Amino acid sequence: MDLGLTAADAEFRREARDWLAAHVPAEPLPSLETAEGFAAHREWERELYTGRWSAVTWPEAYGGRGASLLRWLLFEEEYYAARAPGRVSQNGVSLLAPTLFEHGTQEQLARVLPAMASGATIWAQAWSEPGAGSDLAALRSSAVRTDGGWLLRGHKTWSSRAAFADRAFGLFRSHPGADRPHNGLTYLMFDLAAPGVTVRPIGRLDGKPAFAELFLEDVFVPDADVIGEPGQGWRVAMSTAGNERGLTLRSPGRFTAAAGRLAALWRATADPADTALRDRVADALIGARAYQLAAYAGVARLTEGGTPGAAASLTKVFWSELDIALHETALDLLGPRGELAATATEAPDHGSWADGWIFALAGPVYAGTNEIQRDIIAERLLGLPKGRR
Amino acid sequence: MRFLLDAEQAEFGRTLGRLLAAADVPAAVRAWGTGDSAPGHAVWRRLAGTGVFGLAVPEKHGGAGFLPVELTLSFVELGRYAVPGPAVETAAAAVLLERLGDADGGLAGTWLPAIAAGDAMVSYADLAHGPYALDAATADVTFLVDGDTLRACDGCGPVQPSVDPARRLTRCAGGAVLASGPAVWAAAAQAADTARLLTAAQALGVGRRLLDDTVAYVKQRTQFGVAVGSFQAVKHRLADVLLALEFAEPLVYGAAVEWAGALQADTANHGYGATGAGIGVAMAKVAAGEAAYTAARAALQLHGALGYTDELGLSLWIRRARALRGAWGTPAECRARVLAGPAPAGPQIFHE
Ligand SMILES: Cc1cc2nc3c(=O)[nH]c(=O)nc-3n(C[C@H](O)[C@H](O)[C@H](O)COP(=O)(O)OP(=O)(O)OC[C@H]3O[C@@H](n4cnc5c(N)ncnc54)[C@H](O)[C@@H]3O)c2cc1C
Repeated sequence: MDLGLTAADAEFRREARDWLAAHVPAEPLPSLETAEGFAAHREWERELYTGRWSAVTWPEAYGGRGASLLRWLLFEEEYYAARAPGRVSQNGVSLLAPTLFEHGTQEQLARVLPAMASGATIWAQAWSEPGAGSDLAALRSSAVRTDGGWLLRGHKTWSSRAAFADRAFGLFRSHPGADRPHNGLTYLMFDLAAPGVTVRPIGRLDGKPAFAELFLEDVFVPDADVIGEPGQGWRVAMSTAGNERGLTLRSPGRFTAAAGRLAALWRATADPADTALRDRVADALIGARAYQLAAYAGVARLTEGGTPGAAASLTKVFWSELDIALHETALDLLGPRGELAATATEAPDHGSWADGWIFALAGPVYAGTNEIQRDIIAERLLGLPKGRR
Repeated sequence: MRFLLDAEQAEFGRTLGRLLAAADVPAAVRAWGTGDSAPGHAVWRRLAGTGVFGLAVPEKHGGAGFLPVELTLSFVELGRYAVPGPAVETAAAAVLLERLGDADGGLAGTWLPAIAAGDAMVSYADLAHGPYALDAATADVTFLVDGDTLRACDGCGPVQPSVDPARRLTRCAGGAVLASGPAVWAAAAQAADTARLLTAAQALGVGRRLLDDTVAYVKQRTQFGVAVGSFQAVKHRLADVLLALEFAEPLVYGAAVEWAGALQADTANHGYGATGAGIGVAMAKVAAGEAAYTAARAALQLHGALGYTDELGLSLWIRRARALRGAWGTPAECRARVLAGPAPAGPQIFHE
C-alpha cells in the first residue's frame, strides 16, 4: 500500500501543470450552456487537443497519450487546480468513447475519435425519453430497417447541450417483437443536423438553454453508425453506463480543487466562532480527500483487472451529494452575496460558486437518480432481495 | 503508487478475523464489564500470538518493525470483533516510548519488548485529549502525559462507567515523573495521532460489523410476507451506511500511510506537525467515527425492538460506536484540526 509517485509519473504531472499554466485562459470562458460559451469551449477543446491533453488515456493514434488511469487522475487534479474550463466534449470523451473502445469497429474508432478529441464533433447523449427516465428500458423511439441502414422515429429529451452539439448517440427499439423490454434495442449514432431531426432547447433551472428535446422523423442512419450488434443495444449501453456514474464524469480532482477553494474562502471570510460553518468546510475537505483516495484504490483495482461494476453507483451518490454540500457551504459562507446569480457583476469569484451550485443540484437526478443508485448498491453490493420497481 | 492492501496484508487481516471469531469475544467483553478481565486477557494472549502488538514496535526492541498499514488493519479487526482492553493505548504508548528513545532511564528498553511480546497491557492518557484513562486498573502500567511531563501513574480514582461497559474509565493521579521537556510534548503529539488513527480503524471495524449483522438480519426477518430487506426504505438506509464506510476506509488507510511517512521522516521529532499527516488522521477519525455511528443507528432501527436489547450482541457494537466517537478527538476537535493546517496534497512523494 503506497501513495508515492514514480519519477516518471511525477514528471507527467509537472508537464501537465506547466502546459496548463501556459495555456489556461486568464479570464473564465462564458458558460458552456450558452451558444457563445459553447463556441468558446469548442476552441478550448481544440487547444487541448493541440497539446495532446484532450483525451490523455487514448492511444496516440487517436490523439491521446496512451496514459495510465493513474496519470489521468493526476492530469485531472492539475486541470481543476489550474481552473481550466469545463469540458464541453465530456459526453463524447467520457461516455461514447469508452463504448466504442469496447464495442466499436476499427473503422468507427478511426472516424469518430480524432474528431471528438479535437472538438470538431461534439456529442450529445440521447437516452432519456419523456416516458423513459429511471425506467430507461421503457423507451419507445424506434429504429426501422431500411436499405443500408435504419430510420429513426421518436422523441428523446433532457439531452445535455444537444442544442449546440453536432451528433448524438442513443438507444432505439429495433425489434418490436422482443420478449423483454431490455431486448431488441439498437445503439447507434446520428447527426443532429440530419433531415428529420428537430432540436428544441429547454431552459435549465437557471434559464440557460442547456439541454434539449429531440424530435426524430425518419432520420436515416447508415449501418456504419450502429454500435455493436443490432438488437444488443441494452448490453452495449449498460457495459459502459458505469462510466457515467463512476470516475470519468466527475473526477476527484474537481472536488479536491473546489474544496481547497472553499477552505481558502473560509480562511479569508469566515467568523472563526461559527463552528457549525467550520465543520461543514472541514467535511467538504474530508469528502474530497475520501473520494480522491477511493479513486486511487479504484485505479489500482482496475489496473489489476477489476471492473467498476456496481461500485460506480457508490461513487455516483458520493460525488453528487458532496458537490451539493460543498457549494451550499460556499454560498452560506458568502452570506448576503451568496444569493447573487452567476451573471451578477458583483458575484464573488466570477459567479463560479453560484454556477457550481446550480450545476450540482442536478447531480442526484442525472446519470441514474440516487434512488436508483441506492437500489443498485443495496441489491448488488449488499445482496438484499430485489423489491418492486 | 499502489493504494491497495496486498495479498499478504489481506490474508493477515483474515487470519486475525478467524482467530477472533473463534475466541468468543462477546463473552470476554461481558466479563470485562463486570471487572473480570481473565477472559479478556485470554483474547489478548491469542492476539499477541499473531504479533499484533509488535507491529507498533521497532525490531531492535523485539517488534516486527513499524508496520502502520498492518497495525491499522489489525485494529479494524479488533473493532469488528469488539475486543476489550486498552489496545489503542498500548500501541500509542509504544510510539510514545519509542519516540522518547533510550535517553530517559531506559523506558523504551523496559517496556517495548514486553509490549511487542504481548506481555504488557499498557494504558495511556494525555490530558490534552481527555481526563480519563482506559482500563487503568487492569493495565500493567498507565502512562500519563500532562503538557510536557510524562508520569507513570500510581493510583486511579473510581471507575466512571462508560456507555460501553467494556470501557472502564478512571481519572489517574500523578506518580513518578519519568521524563519532561519538549521531547515529551513532541512524542505525545505523535502518540496522540497514533491513538486517533487506531481509534478510527476500530470504529471502521465496528461499523463494518454492524452493517454485516444488519444485512444478514433484514434478509431473514419477514414482515408483510416478505423479507424486510426488500423494502426500499430499508435498502436505502443500508446503502447509506455502506457509502459512509466505503469512503471512510481509504481515509483510514491513507492516513496510516502518510502518518508513517511523517514519523519516519521525522526521527528527530521536529516538525512532525507541519507535515499534514495529523490532518489526514483527523479526517480519518471524523469519517470513520461518523460512519460507525451511522451504522449503529441504522442497525438499531432495522433490528426493531430486538436492536434495543442488551441480550443481543449487537448492543456491544452500538455502544462502542458511541464511545469511540469521542475518544482521542471529538468530531469537532478533529474538524478544527483539518482546517488548522495544509491539507495533504495528493501524491507528491517521488521514488522509483
Ligand atoms: C442536468 C441534466 C442533464 C441530463 N442530461 C441527459 C443527457 O444528456 N442525456 C439523457 O439521455 N438524459 C439526460 N438527463 C436525464 C436523466 O438521465 C434523467 O432525468 C434521469 O434518468 C431520471 O429520469 P426522470 O427525470 O424521467 O425521472 P423519473 O424517472 O420520472 O423519476 C422521478 C422521481 O421518481 C424517482 N423514482 C423513479 N423510479 C423509482 C424507483 N423505482 N424507486 C425509487 N424512486 C424512483 C426518481 O428517483 C426521481 O426522484 C439529464 C438530466 C438532468 C437533470
